Amino acid sequence: MEVSLDFSPIFERWPMLLDGAIVTLLLSVAATVSGFLIGTLCAAGRNSRFRIVSAICAIYVEAIRNTPFLVQIFLIFFGLSTLGFTLSAITVALLALTINVGAYTGEIMRAGFDSVHAGQWEAAECLGLSRLQTYWHVVLFPAAERVFPSLSSQFILLMLASSITSQISVPELTGNANYIQGVSFRPLETYLVIGVMYFILSVIMRQIFNLIGMVAFPRRRRLGTPL
Amino acid sequence: MVPTFGFIHIQFLLEGAIWTVILSVCAFLGGGLMGLLIALLRISPIPFVRRLAAWYIELVQGIPLLVLLFTGYFGLPAIGVPVSPLLAATISMTVWVGAYLGEFWRGSLEAVPKAQWEAAECLALTRWQRMFKVIVPQAVRNATPGTVGFMVQIIKNTSLASAVSFVDLTRAGQLINNSTFQPFVTFVAVAIIYFLLCFPLSVLSRRLERRMARGMAKA
Repeated sequence: MEVSLDFSPIFERWPMLLDGAIVTLLLSVAATVSGFLIGTLCAAGRNSRFRIVSAICAIYVEAIRNTPFLVQIFLIFFGLSTLGFTLSAITVALLALTINVGAYTGEIMRAGFDSVHAGQWEAAECLGLSRLQTYWHVVLFPAAERVFPSLSSQFILLMLASSITSQISVPELTGNANYIQGVSFRPLETYLVIGVMYFILSVIMRQIFNLIGMVAFPRRRRLGTPL
Repeated sequence: MVPTFGFIHIQFLLEGAIWTVILSVCAFLGGGLMGLLIALLRISPIPFVRRLAAWYIELVQGIPLLVLLFTGYFGLPAIGVPVSPLLAATISMTVWVGAYLGEFWRGSLEAVPKAQWEAAECLALTRWQRMFKVIVPQAVRNATPGTVGFMVQIIKNTSLASAVSFVDLTRAGQLINNSTFQPFVTFVAVAIIYFLLCFPLSVLSRRLERRMARGMAKA
C-alpha cells in the first residue's frame, strides 16, 4: 500500500495549533510556580515538629505519587461538579496540575532540605533565627540549588503531562490536535506535527531553566558546580 | 433507572485492573528490551551510533506519552498497519519506556567501575562476554531500585491508554461513571486500586535503595 503524507490540512489550521501551544505553555508556567510553592511548603511540613502536619504531608505525597494523573483530574473534574462546584475545564486543569506537581516537588525539595548540612541548621538555631527565618535565609536557596536539575526535569515532565488535560476538553495543544485530526482525517500527520511542537517546547523550557539556574545560583555560574 | 455504584461495578473495575496489569507487563517487557538496546547503543564505540541513540532519547523524552499513543493508535492504521488498542498501546509504551529506561540504564552501566572494564579486557574476554558476563550483572544491581520505581510510572501511565479506547482500569471507571453518575465514588475506587498496585512497588523501591546505600557504606 502506498502511503502519502499530506500536511497541508494541518498547516492550514496553524492558528489553532499556535493557540494550543500558548495554552500549554501558560498552563505549565502557572502550574510550575504554584506547584513549586505547594511542594516547598509540603517539604517543610514533612520536617514539622507536629506529627499531624508531617503525617498529612506524607499522605498527600504518597497518594498523589501512587495514582495516575488522569484519574486525579477525572476525580477533581467530575467529583467537584457533583459537589456543586462548577469550575471551567481550564481551572480544574490548573488545580489538578498544581496538586500533582506539588507532590513530586515536595519529594524533591525534601531531598534538598535533607542535603543541607546539620551544622547549618544548628548554626541558624544558635544565631536565634526562627524556623521560618532558617528556611528562608539559610536552607531554601542551597537546597533548591542542589536539586535544581531534578526540579527542572520535573517541570518539563509537567509540561508534557499537561497534554493529559485534553481529556477533560481543555483546548491546549493536544486537545486542539484531537479536533484537527477529527476534521481533517489526517491523524498521523497531526500527531507528528504536535509531537515536533512538544519537542520544541521542551527544548525551549530546558533552555529557560538553564538560564534561571544561571541567574538564581551564581555559585553554579562561577564555579560550574553546585554547593 | 440509574444504577448505583455496587458490587458489580467493583467487579468490572477489577477486570479493568487486570488489563492494566497486562498492559503494564507488556510495556515493561517491550520497553525493557528497547531500553537495554538503547543503553548498549548509547555506550557503543561508534560515535554515530551513540549520537543516534542520544537523539532517540532526547526526542521521546520531549514528547508526551499521550501523543505517542495517539500516533501509534491512529498513525499505524493510516500507514496500512492494522492494530488493536492493546497492540498500539504496547508499541507506543515500548517506545516511551525504552527512552527512559535506556537513559537510566546507561547511567548504571557507566557507574560500573572502570577497573572492571579493564580487567575484563585483560582477561581477553570478547566485547560481548565483557558486557554480559562482567558489566551487566553488576549494573543490574545498581539499577534495580530505580527500575522498580519506574515500574510505578509505567503502571500509572498505562491509564493514558484509556484515551485510545483500551478498556483498562481508568476506562472502566469512565464507563461506570457514565452509567451511574457517581464520579466521586467511582474515581476514588479507581484511585484506590491504582494505589494498591503502585504503593507496594514504591515501598520496595525505597527499601532496595536504602539497602544498597547501606551496602555502599560498608564497602
